[in-house]
Amino acid sequence: MRGVRILERVLAALPIMVGIAIVVFAFMRFMPGDPVDIMIGEAGGVSEAEIEMLRAQFHLDKPLPVQLALYLGRLARGDLGYSIFRSRPVIDVIAETIPATVELAVFSMLFALVVALPIGVVSAVRQYSLLDRASMAGAFLGISMPAFWLGIICIIVFSLHLGWFPTSGRIAYGLEPRTITGLFVLDAVITGNLAALWDALRHLVLPSVTLGAGVAAVVARVVRSSMLEVLRTDYVLLARAKGVAEASVVIRHALRNALIPTVTVVGLQVGTLLGGNMIVETIFGWPGLGRLVVDAIFARDYPLVQGSVMVYALTFVLVNLATDVLYTYLNPKISL
Amino acid sequence: MQELPVTLERHRSTWDFTRLQLQMSLRNLGIFLRRLARHPSAVIGAVVILVYVVAAVFAPWVAPHPPDKVRLGQRLQPPTWTGEFPLGTDQLGRDILSRIIYGARVSLLVGLLTIVISVVVGTGLGTLAGYFRGPFDEVMSRFADLLLAFPYLIFAIGAMAMIGPGFWNLIWALSFKGWVEFYRLARAEVMSEKTREYVEAARALGRSHAAIIVSEILPNIVHSILVLGTLRMGNMIVMESSLSFLGLGIPPRIPAWGSMVNDGHSHMLVAWWLSTMPGLALVVLVLSINLVGEALRDLLDPRLKVD
Repeated sequence: MRGVRILERVLAALPIMVGIAIVVFAFMRFMPGDPVDIMIGEAGGVSEAEIEMLRAQFHLDKPLPVQLALYLGRLARGDLGYSIFRSRPVIDVIAETIPATVELAVFSMLFALVVALPIGVVSAVRQYSLLDRASMAGAFLGISMPAFWLGIICIIVFSLHLGWFPTSGRIAYGLEPRTITGLFVLDAVITGNLAALWDALRHLVLPSVTLGAGVAAVVARVVRSSMLEVLRTDYVLLARAKGVAEASVVIRHALRNALIPTVTVVGLQVGTLLGGNMIVETIFGWPGLGRLVVDAIFARDYPLVQGSVMVYALTFVLVNLATDVLYTYLNPKISL
Repeated sequence: MQELPVTLERHRSTWDFTRLQLQMSLRNLGIFLRRLARHPSAVIGAVVILVYVVAAVFAPWVAPHPPDKVRLGQRLQPPTWTGEFPLGTDQLGRDILSRIIYGARVSLLVGLLTIVISVVVGTGLGTLAGYFRGPFDEVMSRFADLLLAFPYLIFAIGAMAMIGPGFWNLIWALSFKGWVEFYRLARAEVMSEKTREYVEAARALGRSHAAIIVSEILPNIVHSILVLGTLRMGNMIVMESSLSFLGLGIPPRIPAWGSMVNDGHSHMLVAWWLSTMPGLALVVLVLSINLVGEALRDLLDPRLKVD
């Protein structure tokens, strides 16, 4: 049954992915002018015949459904178009930025979970204690705080005044480790380059905290409320009655079950992480996909913007698909 | 006792009935307000929101200076709290406090308009889909699923990148996805309310579908919508300022908190107050809206408490 459910989920995600492509295509068509106008807008002095030729080359002279079909066909082959600004295939430009973005996303999520899980658990176990009230007030603040402001405050306080962390970038110039995975921290560990590892980690702290804070706030609240629910159940009462040690009751009996709803929320929070990514990378000069998109928007490089939005949306769908699959493994009721 | 409403409706004139309803709803409002007063955080939140609204509406009288008056001789003055520029001046010598007060207009207006549009469109479509089901429901629900597949900020940034900055463009981009949550909530609520006895009774009395939806079902789901609307308003305001921060929201000549924080980004080495002050104004407003929203949820609709 589990296999069937997973297959069902995968099949349900496919039309969504096609739908995303159609929405992005529609946006491209709704905007004033077509890609050729935009390309010429920069250059000028192009003859009518050349414009017609370019239109034909981009299939803009064909009816819309045909254009859509051609577009979907190109996407299926991994062709996201051609970056006007960088004069290279969009997919290549995007691929270069992925390791930086993945590294930041992973560390942000790690930060969020490392902070949120213990806080959520302790707040539930000691409900209404001073610690519970303080952490929930903190979480409430975290939910209401926009990332762009938190990031700037972090730079002002921790970089400019205290001088603990660098203000921007991924690593100091010249310290880059030999590229293996593209993730600086991982590459530095593999090559045993301690100087690079230290510097890369120092650069990661502020962006990860800024990007992870909102996620941590949401996750801490969910862990707390689902722990509170689980702690009231009969099987926890039974475990306590059997004389199981309190730590074991909380972690083995309660937390394992409280994590089931948490997984779904964490999956959805990846959406927050992806959106915040553009903001945080812009503030911290992080050379990832987010900053690429913002630069592309101001360079009016529409193919690059569309390609990146596609990549973001597809990542979100895939992450939620993975969450669903993980959920079926965590929740024994579903496998029955 | 249980038959009372029906007999009332039969024997009293419409006017009497309306007056009775009005009296009852006023009494309910009184009870509700007294319960809300027991949430001190919500009262504080509501007062803060009121202060923002008053300041925004009466900005020309409240603000100590015109928001766009450039004073090149008084650039980057630090906050003096009691002086001429309480929160300091920006890179063009403009008074930050005055710009924050005018900026509140943008944030409140964008928050209010996008939520009203989202609520009206989402609740309307969701109610129709949940009540009549059929192909309309199929199509709308697939479309809603599709929009949910985009992370909100990514969708808004992508849309604004295509259509360009501007007040109405911003409202459009945020509402285009904003209605989905209200659609799903209204649809689910209507589907569960439709099976209740009072709807069956109304149908047995021969009331039309339109009358059942408007006067029977909607009053019973409006509280959930209200709670979600309040909670989402803070998100909309944060989204607007994030877009303005990136230069994709409100055009730069209109003071908006997001673009003010962005101005400060390039001067943060010498003038910390440029980014800090407008951001603080934003956090306090969003915090207050969320406090009110969560108190409303606890009072009106504890079931929504899932996060």
